[in-house]
Amino acid sequence: MTKNVADIGELTGLQLPVERGCPFDPPDAYERLREQAPINKIRLASGGEAWWVAGHEEARAVLVDGRFSSDKRKDGFPLFTLDAATLRQLRSQPPLMLGMDGAEHSAARRAVIGEFTVRRLAALRPRIQDIVDHFIDDMLATDQRPVDLVQALSLPVPSLVICELLGVPYTDHDFFQSRTTMMVSRTSLEERQRAFAELRAYIDDLITRKESEPGDDLLSRQIARQRQEGTLDHASLVSLAFLLLTAGHETTANMISLGVVGLLTHPEQLAAVKADPDRTPMAVEELLRYFTIADGVTSRLATEDVQIGGVGIKAGEGIIVSMLSANWDPAAFVDPGELDVERGARHHLAFGFGPHQCLGQNLARMELQIVFDTLFRRIPTLGLAAPAEDLPFKTDAVIYGVHELPVTW
Amino acid sequence: MRIKADTHLCVGSGQCVLTEPAVFDQDEDGIVALLTDHLDDQSAAQARHAVILCPSRALSILQE
Ligand code: HEM
Ligand code: SF4
Repeated sequence: MTKNVADIGELTGLQLPVERGCPFDPPDAYERLREQAPINKIRLASGGEAWWVAGHEEARAVLVDGRFSSDKRKDGFPLFTLDAATLRQLRSQPPLMLGMDGAEHSAARRAVIGEFTVRRLAALRPRIQDIVDHFIDDMLATDQRPVDLVQALSLPVPSLVICELLGVPYTDHDFFQSRTTMMVSRTSLEERQRAFAELRAYIDDLITRKESEPGDDLLSRQIARQRQEGTLDHASLVSLAFLLLTAGHETTANMISLGVVGLLTHPEQLAAVKADPDRTPMAVEELLRYFTIADGVTSRLATEDVQIGGVGIKAGEGIIVSMLSANWDPAAFVDPGELDVERGARHHLAFGFGPHQCLGQNLARMELQIVFDTLFRRIPTLGLAAPAEDLPFKTDAVIYGVHELPVTW
Repeated sequence: MRIKADTHLCVGSGQCVLTEPAVFDQDEDGIVALLTDHLDDQSAAQARHAVILCPSRALSILQE
């Protein structure tokens, strides 16, 4: 049976992204929608309509199905997360793997997955540990209290990890870190745009340098690979580097901050993790599920008529898969509202599902594990310097997080 | 139990390697490689879990 918009009355006009409650819980509307049906039609604030996938099983089914396109440039794509300017920019640049489909996507992704294997990432572990220790050394060296953990740790760690991945020389680390921080901070639009332009110019130049003087890094290996295939495409490498930066920086940073908030506000959970670092990997999975910071980035467009989850979706219709709703679906997770570091559930969708499932997921996992282990080991008395409910949560952003996180010890 | 990995479907997420490194590996290019296809009971339970977690449905159970 197909539900239509008229059936869902009060839920029409759902403003996306929706403000979370409490501040950790998903918006109330999520639960109402999920209880109504695993897939509903909603009206977007922009005026259009889209299907809203609320159930865990249905979310997996949609994301793995090749009849749904990721190409945000197509007419009818449910674009509540992109403004007109970003869309124009998207259309003027080479397509990114994030927005590709089928064989084209597979080729683009296969060119780089060798860089993100579990084994290759394990080799990066000592370097990431050094980076984390370095910023915690700096925290411990200052007398200043409180310290804003976002600036002191959450933002710089993933920025330097991406430097490592891309082969940004040491002398440029300060530049890279300051511009990446600027790009995601609450400064003026002009300042953010300037940081963006400076970084883009920098990466362009970095790749030119690596074309003549290759190093031992992802970009140099991509250059060699493309040359071997006879197609050195400078512009596509600039786009790739930028994709890794934009997909991997703010996400990981926000997850570091929220993870710390989640653990500090659940002291018994934190105590369990501190007592046995072997629990950290599972705690990371649970924090990823609980916060699902990238909710809503998994939108798609139907390219054919599809019968799925009890509804008939027509070619050309938009579909928004809510990973947060899926990750709080009681059919898939017992007591989903409980943060339980010993839940042992890895079937959450915080990194998506299907062919686009996060390319950097195992890097992100490792960064989070190292940060939480090291931070609570080296600063065991760490605590929030403001009540959790007063923190400036990023209620209006596509990627959930906190703007500031004052901590003390 | 016997298991099958479809290297054309694999998207290199590494979920299987995280779940049961005694059975699953990734080659240089990040694509799944089976280390063995005859699994003992303990590995079989883990491998079943990997089949569920695999984001591209590249893994299947051939024989219980
Ligand atoms: C906690 C941190 C992170 C979260 C929550 C996250 C989340 C996601 C999600 C949900 C997707 C799927 C999008 C879709 O299906 O349309 C995705 C894709 C992607 N992520 Fe992440 N991500 C994180 C960290 C990273 C890191 C560290 C990197 C790399 C350095 C990265 C690189 C990518 C790339 C390249 C894609 C596109 C993959 C494709 O289209 O095949 N991410 N991420
Ligand atoms: S879990 Fe699936 S997609 Fe990921 S590496 Fe293993 S076989 Fe490939």
